[in-house]
Amino acid sequence: MSLAPGTKVRVKDDWPEIRGPCHIRTPHYVRGECGTLVRHLGDFANPEDLAFARPAPLRPLYHVRFDQPGIWGEGAAGDALLVEVFGHWLEVVTP
Amino acid sequence: MSVLAADSVNLLAALRAVLAAKGIAGPEEIAGQIRSTDEASPAQGARMVAKAWTDPAFRALMLEDGTRAAESLGIPMRGLPPLGVLEDRPEAHHLVVCTLCSCYPRAVLGYPPFWYKSASYRARAVRDPRGLLLEWGTVLPAGVKLTVVDSTADYRWMVLPLRPAATAGWSEAKLAAIVREGDMIGVTIPLAS
Repeated sequence: MSLAPGTKVRVKDDWPEIRGPCHIRTPHYVRGECGTLVRHLGDFANPEDLAFARPAPLRPLYHVRFDQPGIWGEGAAGDALLVEVFGHWLEVVTP
Repeated sequence: MSVLAADSVNLLAALRAVLAAKGIAGPEEIAGQIRSTDEASPAQGARMVAKAWTDPAFRALMLEDGTRAAESLGIPMRGLPPLGVLEDRPEAHHLVVCTLCSCYPRAVLGYPPFWYKSASYRARAVRDPRGLLLEWGTVLPAGVKLTVVDSTADYRWMVLPLRPAATAGWSEAKLAAIVREGDMIGVTIPLAS
């Protein structure tokens, strides 16, 4: 099942780098940040497993829109960041 | 002897032999892939942009499925990540970056320019994108919202820029000639010159 466009999501505030060797496609600057799901891009082999030649299950990949000045504390109102984030990094924000 | 100490030419020959023996990739397939990699250049992307500017059906296909649109123009896409196309509109501009490494739509834009891979571009594109655009001489008109697209995972992204106003009646070839690499990354916008 995939998340619907428009869903409010939070990127997990998780730092596997602290725990040991890893390969992560979730940029530091969006961890712990809230955004809006734009669309499901497809399902792709989990790069966190692929990088270590482990069996890599397919995981949903989403385009998530973030408020650019909201993340950096500078910038122009209305500007956005659009980032590919895997579903297992997202939590649905309940209003 | 470790792999690191091995002669690179012998190592490559051994790797090719193993790939062929295991049925993973034969010499013809490897040669074909090298050929299409060498042929890839921003001229391919420019062809797509010019066609999208003149052919509404192609434009719709390109926005729906960039890979199929590229293939329909004979651009080899087999085995490559899916191509996504970001549509600029009068009120919306896009800028592409890969903050994690240097993901780039090589099939349609060729090798990434050196600055695209620099730590400075990658950091500033997400933190101070308008300051970065200014250094390229790109001033977005008032009211235009900027979306920075961080190419972090399995897609590759190119920008479909706005067609310059002073190009009415131009042929596809003439239009393609004004579309630059930077216009399809979003650091610049096409000029009718």
